[in-house]
Amino acid sequence: MSDLTFVPGPPRDRAEDAAAPLPHFVSTAPYDPYAVERMTPAQERFYVASQWRMVWWKLRRHRVAVVAGAILLAMYVGITICEFLAPYGVDSRSTDFIYAPPQPVHIFYRGRLVAPYVLGFDYRLDMKRLERIYTPNPKKRQTIRFFCHGDRYEFWNLFPGNLHLACPAHGGQLFLLGTDRLGRDLMSRMIYGARVSLTVGLIGVAVSLTLGIAIGGIAGYYGGWTDILIQRAMEVIQSFPHLPLWMALSAILPVSWSPLLVYFGITLILGMIDWTHLARAVRSKLLALREEDFCTAAVLMGARPVRVIGRHLLPSFTSHLIASATLMIPGMILGETALSFLGLGVRPPMTSWGVLLSDAQNINVVALYPWLLAPVGTVILAVLAFNFFGDGLRDAADPYH
Amino acid sequence: MLSYIVHRILIMVPTLIAISIVIFTIINLPPGNYFTTYIAELQGSGETADLAKIQFLEKEYGFDRPLWQQYLYWAGGLLHGDLGYSFAYDLPVDKVVGDRMLLTAVVSITTIIFTYLVAFPIGIYSATHQYSISDHLLTLLGFLGLATPSFLLALVLLYLANVYFGISIGGLMDPKYLDQPWSWPKVVSLMEHIWIPVIVIGSAGTAAMIRRLRANLLDELQKQYVVTARAKGLHPLKALFKYPLRMALNPFISDIGSLLPQVISGAAIVSVVMSLPTTGPMLLSALRSQDMYLAGSFLMFMASLTVIGVFVSDLALALLDPRIRLQAGRRQ
Repeated sequence: MSDLTFVPGPPRDRAEDAAAPLPHFVSTAPYDPYAVERMTPAQERFYVASQWRMVWWKLRRHRVAVVAGAILLAMYVGITICEFLAPYGVDSRSTDFIYAPPQPVHIFYRGRLVAPYVLGFDYRLDMKRLERIYTPNPKKRQTIRFFCHGDRYEFWNLFPGNLHLACPAHGGQLFLLGTDRLGRDLMSRMIYGARVSLTVGLIGVAVSLTLGIAIGGIAGYYGGWTDILIQRAMEVIQSFPHLPLWMALSAILPVSWSPLLVYFGITLILGMIDWTHLARAVRSKLLALREEDFCTAAVLMGARPVRVIGRHLLPSFTSHLIASATLMIPGMILGETALSFLGLGVRPPMTSWGVLLSDAQNINVVALYPWLLAPVGTVILAVLAFNFFGDGLRDAADPYH
Repeated sequence: MLSYIVHRILIMVPTLIAISIVIFTIINLPPGNYFTTYIAELQGSGETADLAKIQFLEKEYGFDRPLWQQYLYWAGGLLHGDLGYSFAYDLPVDKVVGDRMLLTAVVSITTIIFTYLVAFPIGIYSATHQYSISDHLLTLLGFLGLATPSFLLALVLLYLANVYFGISIGGLMDPKYLDQPWSWPKVVSLMEHIWIPVIVIGSAGTAAMIRRLRANLLDELQKQYVVTARAKGLHPLKALFKYPLRMALNPFISDIGSLLPQVISGAAIVSVVMSLPTTGPMLLSALRSQDMYLAGSFLMFMASLTVIGVFVSDLALALLDPRIRLQAGRRQ
């Protein structure tokens, strides 16, 4: 801004200087003192952009994070309409197809492209080994129906409906990931289970974000004894191994609670232990920021602590908070899966990926019905996506670097 | 240095007391106690309980006294090694858990050593060969290790070992050594069995540590002193190991604090799947049946292990980094 540009004029001769007046040019255009500072539209867009816009630009350049974000978005949109996406209801049983293996989707029939179809099963009970044997029968071609009417459901427990994205052919089956010990379609149950598994992380993180900001904010803003006490308390909480503590706490939840209450109890438990990392980050940032001039100015103008923290201090590192919160979600998803796997988490009839996996606790099950491990795939996918997305967000969180 | 150690130990004491209070609260939170659950269970199956014995036990363990007296009784017992009484096993807790706690400690410490041994070279390699194909592969592997629930890794490994090697790898030693006193063959058998749980439990921690070491080392390698060292012709290996690595090691050691709870958590659930004779399965059943002293002692043991681990890591850090011990000395 302050750089004065030196424009070289025509070469001057000292001897001539005194005699003849200089041949010089005077512009008649009005003088614009800001000409130096003027920016191209692209530059202007960049300099005027808000912090969030810049975070978004930077995040967009991080290709892995964008892909991960798209996957997460698809998953979260999916859980709002899982009644529609799942081919079967969450508790619909096909008693003739217990432990049926997955049916692969075919799109070629005798070398020609046809509508997607699956092959029906021939069923035989091997009395010698007491094993159900399902063999796909090439003659039973069952074309999958799309946007069709199938199992009835109550959309969000509010509106009755029966429209599905895909349904089995009339009188046929559609077990893309096989069935469980009660003949329930695993894929439908996984879609319904995503509702619990994916929201546990979100609600849990909301809980720990609130706790972390409130408690870390108090510790960092007031300092002194409050700070020391809170720090000691956080140390105590952190020295517990998470899982055993989660186990102990979820064992407390009364048996008489409804599955929904248990679900909220579990999210609360998951969130209540994990806030210490966030509180630490908030505290250290606040300690540094409260010495800044803008904070002193706010205090001098009579702002109360809540306003100083909430209006002036927090926005300076919200993006960091969000990034680290995103990175905490996978831990909670894994925690819920582990708890439900042990039978201490979400209780049936509610389904989550952990509840589904608890059917595969036994090594015999893994050997005989390996498709029951399918929910692991979605767990890994969700956890990876959150990790990559959170990493990208963390890099983008500081757009001024 | 001495004042630093004393300071750290003085901090540990109130921490442990607070932990014991929290644990006692947690194990007392569920309504009723072991005996009410037990009597209800017996009545459910149509049997009658030996009420006289139960009343005697209730009196003996002070269930009729106020909670704070019960706490003092329990905490006082802990101080001189009396862990209380396990009602489910009808034995003093230390008789029930003795070997299990030892094995938990062995498994946890082995896992941490494994984590360090694996993460150290891989982290250095990844950082010095940034963006090479092998770096990308290792990063991907690390992410997978982070994302896979350890108990499922355990299941899959158990299955693969069964199918391809035909061995049973559940447990921590050959069944014939289970009830025997410690001997050399028993230790050998333990060594033969311990590696699978160690790999399973350690995978997540190793992956996290590789990523952290890589990031730290990359930060250091960009600094000017490294450029100077290279420019003046220092041997590349020396220019790596002498300064940048040492700087990058700090978080590596302070990580024990977060690694240990993670390892113990992992061990708890993996041991349920692999039926290891460690604390996991017994803690689970103790929590379910409200066998409060047993559950409490397990939780206390795990938390103390963490506190001690953090203490050790702080000491190591102070030894490694003079800034930390000087700062701590100045504060007093």
